[in-house]
Amino acid sequence: MASMRARLVVLQILVISLLAVLAVRLWQVQVMRGPEFVEAATETRTRAVVVPAVRGQILDSAGRPLVRNRTALVVSVDRTRLVRLNDRGEAVLRRLSAVLKEPVAHLRQRLRSCGPGVTRPCWPGSPYQPIPIHDDVSTRQALQILERQEEFPGVTAEIQAVREYPWGSSAAQVLGYLQPITQQELDRRKGLGKGAFSGVDVMGRDGLESVYDEALRGTPGLRRVAVDRLGKAIGVEQQVAPVPGDTLITSIDAKVQHIVERALADAMKSAPRADGAAGVVLDPRNGRVLALASAPSYNPAIWTGGISEKEYTALLSGSKGKPLVSRAIKGEFAPGSTFKISSVAAMLRDGYPLNGKYDCPGSFMVGNRPFNNFRGIGLGVLTLHTALVKSCDTIFYRAAYEQWQRDGGIKPKPTAKEPMAAMARAFGFGTRTGIDLPGESSGRIPGRAWKEELWTATKDTSCKRAKTGYPEVEKESPSRAAFLKRLAYENCLEGNQWRAGDAANFSIGQGDVLVTPLQLASAYAALVTDGQVRSPRVGWALMRPDGKLVRRIEPPVRGKLPLSRKERVYIKNALSEVPSDGTAAGAFGGWPMDQVRIGGKTGTAEVYGKEDTAWFASFAPTNNPKFVVVVMISQGGMGGSSAAPAVRKIYEGIFGLGAQPAAPAQPGAAPVPARAALPDRRPATRLPLIKPDGTVGE
Amino acid sequence: MDRASVMRRRSLARRAVDPSSPVWRMDGVLLVAVAALCVIGTMLVWSSTRTWAPGATGLVKKHLLNVAIGAALLSAAAMVDHRWLRIYAPIIYLVTLGGLVLVITPVGSTINGSHSWIVLGGGFAVQPSEFAKVGLVLLLAMLLAQPVEGTGRPRGLDVVFALLATGIAVGLVLLQPDLGTAMVLVVITMGALVIGGVRKRLVVLLALAALAAAAAVWFLDLLEPYQVQRFTAFLTPSTDPRGVGYNSTQALIAIGSGEIFGKGLFEGGQTTGRFVPEQHTDFIFTVAGEEFGFLGSVTVVALLGVVLLRGVRIAQQCEDRFGTLVAGTLVCWLGFQTFVNIGMTVGMMPITGLPLPFVSYGGTATFANMMAIGLLQAIHIRERPY
Repeated sequence: MASMRARLVVLQILVISLLAVLAVRLWQVQVMRGPEFVEAATETRTRAVVVPAVRGQILDSAGRPLVRNRTALVVSVDRTRLVRLNDRGEAVLRRLSAVLKEPVAHLRQRLRSCGPGVTRPCWPGSPYQPIPIHDDVSTRQALQILERQEEFPGVTAEIQAVREYPWGSSAAQVLGYLQPITQQELDRRKGLGKGAFSGVDVMGRDGLESVYDEALRGTPGLRRVAVDRLGKAIGVEQQVAPVPGDTLITSIDAKVQHIVERALADAMKSAPRADGAAGVVLDPRNGRVLALASAPSYNPAIWTGGISEKEYTALLSGSKGKPLVSRAIKGEFAPGSTFKISSVAAMLRDGYPLNGKYDCPGSFMVGNRPFNNFRGIGLGVLTLHTALVKSCDTIFYRAAYEQWQRDGGIKPKPTAKEPMAAMARAFGFGTRTGIDLPGESSGRIPGRAWKEELWTATKDTSCKRAKTGYPEVEKESPSRAAFLKRLAYENCLEGNQWRAGDAANFSIGQGDVLVTPLQLASAYAALVTDGQVRSPRVGWALMRPDGKLVRRIEPPVRGKLPLSRKERVYIKNALSEVPSDGTAAGAFGGWPMDQVRIGGKTGTAEVYGKEDTAWFASFAPTNNPKFVVVVMISQGGMGGSSAAPAVRKIYEGIFGLGAQPAAPAQPGAAPVPARAALPDRRPATRLPLIKPDGTVGE
Repeated sequence: MDRASVMRRRSLARRAVDPSSPVWRMDGVLLVAVAALCVIGTMLVWSSTRTWAPGATGLVKKHLLNVAIGAALLSAAAMVDHRWLRIYAPIIYLVTLGGLVLVITPVGSTINGSHSWIVLGGGFAVQPSEFAKVGLVLLLAMLLAQPVEGTGRPRGLDVVFALLATGIAVGLVLLQPDLGTAMVLVVITMGALVIGGVRKRLVVLLALAALAAAAAVWFLDLLEPYQVQRFTAFLTPSTDPRGVGYNSTQALIAIGSGEIFGKGLFEGGQTTGRFVPEQHTDFIFTVAGEEFGFLGSVTVVALLGVVLLRGVRIAQQCEDRFGTLVAGTLVCWLGFQTFVNIGMTVGMMPITGLPLPFVSYGGTATFANMMAIGLLQAIHIRERPY
């Protein structure tokens, strides 16, 4: 028994030491490496779910929503989970197709990643995000999916905010649209934490949605959800509430915008060859945009829930008039006679007397080539005032020719002044206005330097064409081919020369001069007010959804006209007679000038091979202008007969004059008989009041 | 009339309440430690089953029933004179062996991948291999308790019988297959042989033979693939954290995330999320680790230590060879199971399906463990031959 006892002592020691080993190991695992396992536990046990912030609304100057949110039940599919299934999710898609009543092929298309050779609909966002495939299902459908999760792995239905456009296609290009965030953008956006993907991460892709994206977006919240080993949520561990985006208040007046769009549509209907139109309404005193319209337009709602290939092609197709493109800020057109405000100003700065008398013959010889007045009619000896009212061309040809000669003609002096180009730049032409919208064009103010640059870039092609000609054109039209060959020969030989004809064309806004409708409006705004050239702004203020002001958006001043007040008033007064006694008298016949006097300038710009571009640039009331309205009809014909009537309709709507029915008070409501869109006859002066509960007050 | 016959005439209940009854001479420390482990085990079973088992309390009611039956078995075993058991040991062994044979016949059922069960109906099932541990302990003690005169070593023939009895039991258990129980049986035999005083040479030889057998089993592909994977996964747990290494990785995460003080009962996220498989049975210790922290898990280890060391003490104090052998071998069994079970949850041991004594959910295991404690008490009560 003694030896047995000894062996039991061994057993005792063995038991103690093994348990001691366990205790040491537990110390190591739980105390020393504890924090490491706590982290690992958090990782396995929880999923971070991004709670999207409600995107801010975009309101008009009266607080009417231009873009708002509606809640919708959105069905999303997690593709990464589908492909892990045995049949790569085929059965799930079939069941989903039965619930959504959409063919499986459609669902499959929406789940593809966009890329070269993939037609829309396809998924432009990150492949790791759940892909929304239906953005408005019924509660019943959503429950069918949510209650049978084992049949729909990777499919979710949740309430999301979807953009809604109460005014339909109104101001579509200004508002812009949203698209899912791409993987690259997602990678660039730090701070959300890895793994924090969300199928509703969208980015503004155009218009205000893009420029004010940061403010509108808000800050997404984070919900750390505890899950079991099957991935089923069993509780919320941590919740950071999302901060909704700011509300963007614009200076757009939805009614005025509507009036402008209807005027453009009417103008295009009555001009048979018109292929596009743009309208701009500015408050000239501060550079705020009251309306910015481009026709044809489209309904931005088509972007939500995945755009189809047909819709997408239509947005960009030339035959449909490229409705995606805002002609008001991106379209570049020759301004025609509306440009003469710049040419007159250039003459004054170049020493031509303000009160001088100028001969306006029917034709003026620029070098050896005659340049004619409109229809070749001579108007006699005129003041500059009458020259503008009657839109005489030859006075400007002569001035441009004389200036060109003073600059040295074909062989320019090193100090060529180019007064007309310099003045055009002072009016803001040739550079972007800097409006708070993306993709603006800068227009073009040609000159000697520009010509030289262009020639350097194109002479090789021109010289080759001068030799080979245009055999591909010759079959259809031998005369056109011959013309093109001669042009190529001239361009090759002396394309770098700023010729007298170029200068003459420049003076009446023809030739190579291109402006955007917005630039023209901005230039007129500067001329008829204090001479400050402003960078227009659509955004007026950013507010928290409860009405607290975040910041005001002030249109910056980007230049000053080199004109005295007397000179500006002189030009303004001349323009004030155009609708009553000048080229726009026909369009404004019967307009109650005693109530609201309108000033303006017509423009009819010739485009080679196309119908003329019709312009009317205007302001009202003439004594203290509160509105600048510019309308451009591409291929619209005469400015006085095509663009000016559209402008008249806009003023009728704004002031409630004439027989024009006013814009409906509510979207979709029937138009009511003539009532002023702006009964005060001036743009809104105060920001709309947003109450703490988010409603718009009186 | 001798004392024993007087006692036999009185009812069991009357005997139990008699102040002179042997019940009052039981090892109190051992009883308290086992009771404490049962209480902790009940809480852990509650925590790990409340999320999925029907009813608000999960499997707690059934577990408490098991513990109650176990307590009854403990008391009953404690009443029995262990020397009486020595006489009946072969029969007990044969009965348990019969249970193992019954499992292999169509009467047996497969639960959780191992064919180790006999379903009784009404939601109850027994695992005969647990009782086989008790039967083998008693048989081996009986065989080895009779030493060769003057040497203190068991007779050669008895050793051969002992090995034969072990071989049959291990063979039947491996047929199920239940590797864990087979290992426990081997350890029981090794313990009995060493405590019984078999020559060291023979012990070493047997150990080598066991290793050789293990090697043969390994190289002859007699193991199920999942068993091989469990062993390799133990050696390199991180190679496949989603596959076979999943269990040990998740067990480590659950225990480690408890840190010093634990997350509190029912507060363990890993337990609530059911990340550790078989958490109420084989991996119950992970619940203790996560919810009670280092302090709680070390308490469990300490309580088990108390049980084991009290067992060693009982073996040391017993004055007859059979009692010492039974007590010592029981300690080897429970100690091995404790170390392997906790060891596998903290990544020190390969994963084998062994429950943690007194803590894990599982009826038959609870019954067998409680019977083992009852035997220890019986030996304690009658440590001196009358």
